[in-house]
Amino acid sequence: MRALLVLLVFLWPLAAGAVQPDEMLSDPVLEQRAQALDHQLRCVLCRSESIASSNADWAADARVIVRELLTDGTTDQQVLDFFVARYGDFVLMTPPVSGVNIALWLAAPILFLLVLLFMAMRFKNRDSAAPVPLTPDERDAIERLTRD
Amino acid sequence: MTAEFGHYALVLAFMVAILQTVIPLVGAHRGWRNWMAFANSAAQVQFVLLTMSFAALMWAFITSDFSLEVVTANSHSAKPMLYKVAGTWGNHEGSLLLWVMILALFGAMVAWFGDALPDGLRARTLAVQASIGVAFLAFLLFTSNPFVRMDIIPADGRDLNPLLQDPGLAFHPPFLYLGYVGLSMTFSFAIAALIEGRVDAAWARWVRPWALLAWIMLTIGIAMGSWWAYYELGWGGWWFWDPVENASFMPWLLSAALLHSAIVVEKRDTLKSWTILLAILAFSFSLIGTFIVRSGVLTSVHAFATDPTRGMFILGILIVAIGGSLTLYALRADRMRATTTFALISRESGLVLNNVLLAVSCAVVFIGTMWPLIAEAISGEKISVGPPFFDITFTPFMIALAMALPIGAMLPWKRAKLGRTMKPLWGMLAASVTLGALVWMLQTGGRMMAPIGVVLATWVVLGVVADLAQKAGGWRAKPATARARLAGLPRAEWGKAVSHAGLGVLIFGIAGLTAWEQQDIRTIAVGDSFTLGEYHFTLDAVEQTRGPNYLTDMGTVTVRRAGEVIATLNPEKRFYPVQQMPTTEAGIQSRIMRDLYVSLGDQQPDGTWAMWSWIKPFANWIWGGAILMSLGGFLSLSDRRYRVGAARARANAVPAE
Repeated sequence: MRALLVLLVFLWPLAAGAVQPDEMLSDPVLEQRAQALDHQLRCVLCRSESIASSNADWAADARVIVRELLTDGTTDQQVLDFFVARYGDFVLMTPPVSGVNIALWLAAPILFLLVLLFMAMRFKNRDSAAPVPLTPDERDAIERLTRD
Repeated sequence: MTAEFGHYALVLAFMVAILQTVIPLVGAHRGWRNWMAFANSAAQVQFVLLTMSFAALMWAFITSDFSLEVVTANSHSAKPMLYKVAGTWGNHEGSLLLWVMILALFGAMVAWFGDALPDGLRARTLAVQASIGVAFLAFLLFTSNPFVRMDIIPADGRDLNPLLQDPGLAFHPPFLYLGYVGLSMTFSFAIAALIEGRVDAAWARWVRPWALLAWIMLTIGIAMGSWWAYYELGWGGWWFWDPVENASFMPWLLSAALLHSAIVVEKRDTLKSWTILLAILAFSFSLIGTFIVRSGVLTSVHAFATDPTRGMFILGILIVAIGGSLTLYALRADRMRATTTFALISRESGLVLNNVLLAVSCAVVFIGTMWPLIAEAISGEKISVGPPFFDITFTPFMIALAMALPIGAMLPWKRAKLGRTMKPLWGMLAASVTLGALVWMLQTGGRMMAPIGVVLATWVVLGVVADLAQKAGGWRAKPATARARLAGLPRAEWGKAVSHAGLGVLIFGIAGLTAWEQQDIRTIAVGDSFTLGEYHFTLDAVEQTRGPNYLTDMGTVTVRRAGEVIATLNPEKRFYPVQQMPTTEAGIQSRIMRDLYVSLGDQQPDGTWAMWSWIKPFANWIWGGAILMSLGGFLSLSDRRYRVGAARARANAVPAE
């Protein structure tokens, strides 16, 4: 999970969206952390939208809570935990790597490896489709048949 | 009266489609020529009937005939004409009618241009195509009839969702449908080939243009939707991994795979059963996409049609079509024997890798989209699968694809030497990595997105250059010879070059926009200014005016650089009284290197305005890349081999077996 979060920090676009000017923190570093967190949290009353892009009142309240928590000195993970404790994993835009969701995270790499394995096996089979030397049994059979 | 006429035409088309499903199949089985020929006339009649039906519905929208339920629910007399016309397909019933009309159009096109096709294959293809038509016409007539009249005629309509009243979105659905339904054509060809138990180069030559056409249309449709989201939603997001977007993206990925694998079937007569499977899957994902959108099973921003009976009906179609075709595939696929082999390092293998990466990434999108349903069924817990998941799991496959593309595109057929193919590419690779390193050193902050994106984008584009240079006879060839050779290249080669370069441009745009975007969010009083990057923004005025069917607060923002005015932007905050809905219209100035993007928020209690401003570098490259990709597709489609005359001449010269 930590590795994923680190990866996210590198890949995540600069936060942009519905955050209102009056909600923003004056400390730019803290505000940037807050905006990154906004993208991680789902507006639970909306249809597949994060609180970063939703204009709903619930999302606005959630953004304010994120900023209050950060101002109190909580870590990013603690902010996420705070929301999960109240709304369950549903509130996370990224499903946690635990329980049944492990299957979701592993699906892609496993599928890719399986396909490669399948391809490799087919390729090997096809190469061996070239005439195979006869086994001793088969040679005996031919001899028996051609003796007459 | 026109509505009843349209309804009648729709019922007739349903009857014709039933006949077109049965008669040609029997004819092809028994070898009765006149029964097979029936498919041709039926396909054309069906198309004419559905066009009349669609025209009747459009007429009802244009004349604001509020005695029709759909018109009342989705139109308004004060709506601009463009959106009255576009409103015909801006709703569930009308969009389905458009769907079946395009289906019939493609069937008719096979009848018009398919003279060179063997009679049996054409009859079977048209019969399969008609069977899809039967299913959807039944769906239309029994659950979603657009011609239902109202008992009491209201004075005016309830208007179209204002978010959809936009030129970008007016033409987004027709393009997507042309793509979805184009894949029905490759599906019909695949099923016909399975029934006949034979796939050859001629079959692939017929399938490829359809796969290409479907892919082009999906590219344009998706790009339009993305562009619309970019300027309409007010914060410049252009891709959300929303279930409905994914629904159109999955067929796009598979049609891209299909048009590549069809090349192998045509040129090398191998990968046949895989290509058939891809054709089946690509259309299956179109159906799944239709199901997701129309049933609202995965509630999303787009789900403007939520109705369980309709969902069940489409689910039925889905199960019969996908289950039936896959069963047929399982029974017949082993008859598709390859007549050639290829070495591990060869163009064929390169295209197999392309197919594997595209198909697996499609699977990733599919699993991610459906996972909330699956997880809830297994554990009973509700979870969300959002953009971060897709960014992490999908991107690696695209990176691998971009890395392999230039090499795969230059490998010779059958048997190749990697060292030889790489020779002209080493320099290109070095140049790309150097540029990436330069970007990495110049940028502040440690985000790897931009350097990686720049390396990949440059590598893909320079790979195209290397490929063309080699085709021109190498860098040392005489200019005149090189020119002559390039001019003599088939259009399909140019299509390949332009499309691949488009992908490079697209990657560059995504990387640049994502990594280097700058934003400013503030409340601002009229007359005040602020600085963002090297630009100086001033809010000059906010005026209240009215549009044809909305009220608007229109801001005037002047942007200066080094004291010189370079842009005047007009962000708007509109309110549509009929639907009681606000929308934002961003003020955007687009340039090659960057977009200036301003959007206006609510007025604060103290009289100031909330305002969001962005500098979005290389935003246009995303859509420029998509345009290049579809342009390449058109170039390839116009290749001589696909032209009707050429196909016919060939058929005459070489009599069919």
